[in-house]
Amino acid sequence: MFSYCVDPKTLEGLMWLSCYVTTAKHMSFYFSFLVVMGLLSLAAPLAMAFGFAGATASRSSFRIIRSLGKGYLAMIRGIPDIVFFLFIPIALDQAFEYLRHKVLCYDVTEPIRQGNDFVVCAAAKLPLNTASEWVHDIYGFSLALFAFGFVFGAFAGNVLSGAMAAVPKSQIETGEAYGFSQSQIFRRILIPQMWIYALPGLSNLWMILIKATPLLFLLGIEDIVYWAKELGGIKTGVYEYPHPDWRAWYFGVLMIFYLSLTYLSQSVLDKISTRLSQGQATMAGKAG
Amino acid sequence: MKKIILSAFAALFLVGSAFAETVRMGTEGAYPPYNFINDNGEVDGFEKDVGDMLCIRANLDCVWVINEWDSIIPNLVSGNYDTIIAGMSITAERDEVIDFTQDYFPPSPSVYMGMSGADIDVDSAVIAAQTATIQAGYVAESGATLVEFATAEETISAVQNGEADAVLADGDYLASIIAESNGEFANIGEVSIGGGVGMGIRESDTELKAKMNAAISSMKDDGSLNALIKKWFGFEAATF
Repeated sequence: MFSYCVDPKTLEGLMWLSCYVTTAKHMSFYFSFLVVMGLLSLAAPLAMAFGFAGATASRSSFRIIRSLGKGYLAMIRGIPDIVFFLFIPIALDQAFEYLRHKVLCYDVTEPIRQGNDFVVCAAAKLPLNTASEWVHDIYGFSLALFAFGFVFGAFAGNVLSGAMAAVPKSQIETGEAYGFSQSQIFRRILIPQMWIYALPGLSNLWMILIKATPLLFLLGIEDIVYWAKELGGIKTGVYEYPHPDWRAWYFGVLMIFYLSLTYLSQSVLDKISTRLSQGQATMAGKAG
Repeated sequence: MKKIILSAFAALFLVGSAFAETVRMGTEGAYPPYNFINDNGEVDGFEKDVGDMLCIRANLDCVWVINEWDSIIPNLVSGNYDTIIAGMSITAERDEVIDFTQDYFPPSPSVYMGMSGADIDVDSAVIAAQTATIQAGYVAESGATLVEFATAEETISAVQNGEADAVLADGDYLASIIAESNGEFANIGEVSIGGGVGMGIRESDTELKAKMNAAISSMKDDGSLNALIKKWFGFEAATF
């Protein structure tokens, strides 16, 4: 990074430190903070979409859709998250590769499962072996993102369906009395009014989502936990910047990061709550 | 919406179709000097040098993939990468799940490392080892109490903070840690376990195994493998 960093062994004190914290490896560490923020900003809307679909489905008047929605909400809630986090990316990956193998390599006669091995033809690999590393990274990230969205979507779905049920029935009846159709009631009366009931549950979920991001590490994505562990460990003379066990410092940085993230979120959520309460017939809204 | 789903589905099948024999080399990146991530954030170490040279000789295009030790075998068999080159000793137990090439690193002793001056009986003390290593297996059968950790580094910390009395790991890994600890750590005993270190390859991938075996033989024959062993493990290291 700096011109004086050519030979780290001759450096001392602040000069050494300034070179140390600007190594390419540290840059990967800093970049991984963006990965975490990216995951949060994409997983939250995805989870809301899954949740909304699940909640709407579980209120549907068609029996099949209703049981699908209810099944989704109940299943994810009843099975440990970690099982899903490990299962979804692996299952999706193998399902995609299996499908691609069947379509692209229909002439290959060898079975896909050979003993312990899962073997698809080279053209069916996803991503291809020849793909650049960033393609592999994005693919892995997308699978993880889907897992987060799917799991948190079920919890969001529960919150949303509870919130829908909490909207006073008289509001719906008033809509009907004015001749609104069912979909008009849903869009114009139910949805706008349910948010204030959903907010406490959703804000909890958001906090849990923030704290669940270290699970990325389990999914093989080089996130902040991976780099903190890797950079903080004992470094012997094979490395250019040897140092003793510094993991406490690195994990201290992570602690500050997560605490400030949750603190900021809380103050934003408080503002949203005040805003949504305006004019509502609730204790906070003072309109009743 | 239907269009989006359809095109997403189509995209799934259209992603590229060019062939070049690219081999993904899976390693742990946390076991210097065998393999580690250097300060430039790249894979480095003995196995990086050996692997790159093997790929040149076998005429393969190699890329390096980091995977944690715990899941390094499952991810090989499910096809996330094509080889394991991560200081993995050839054992009968692992050989049931994957195949190994011939060894590219001769058997070398494992070392018990404890705090200097401590009086430790390695057959009854609390010994730290990395999960799913030959050392962990050995400690479990030795009568000592085994505590396992996901990475080798954590086993060192466990000794440092008193959670374990000693650690059992490859002597080559511990050598520089002992040498640079200013007398804090000491070698308190050696055992010989396991065979040499080989490259792990899927059992179904016989073609790659043959290519790698041939490349390793050629590196053994012309002495270039021994030169790399000396470069990374010192002149006293056992060679072929």
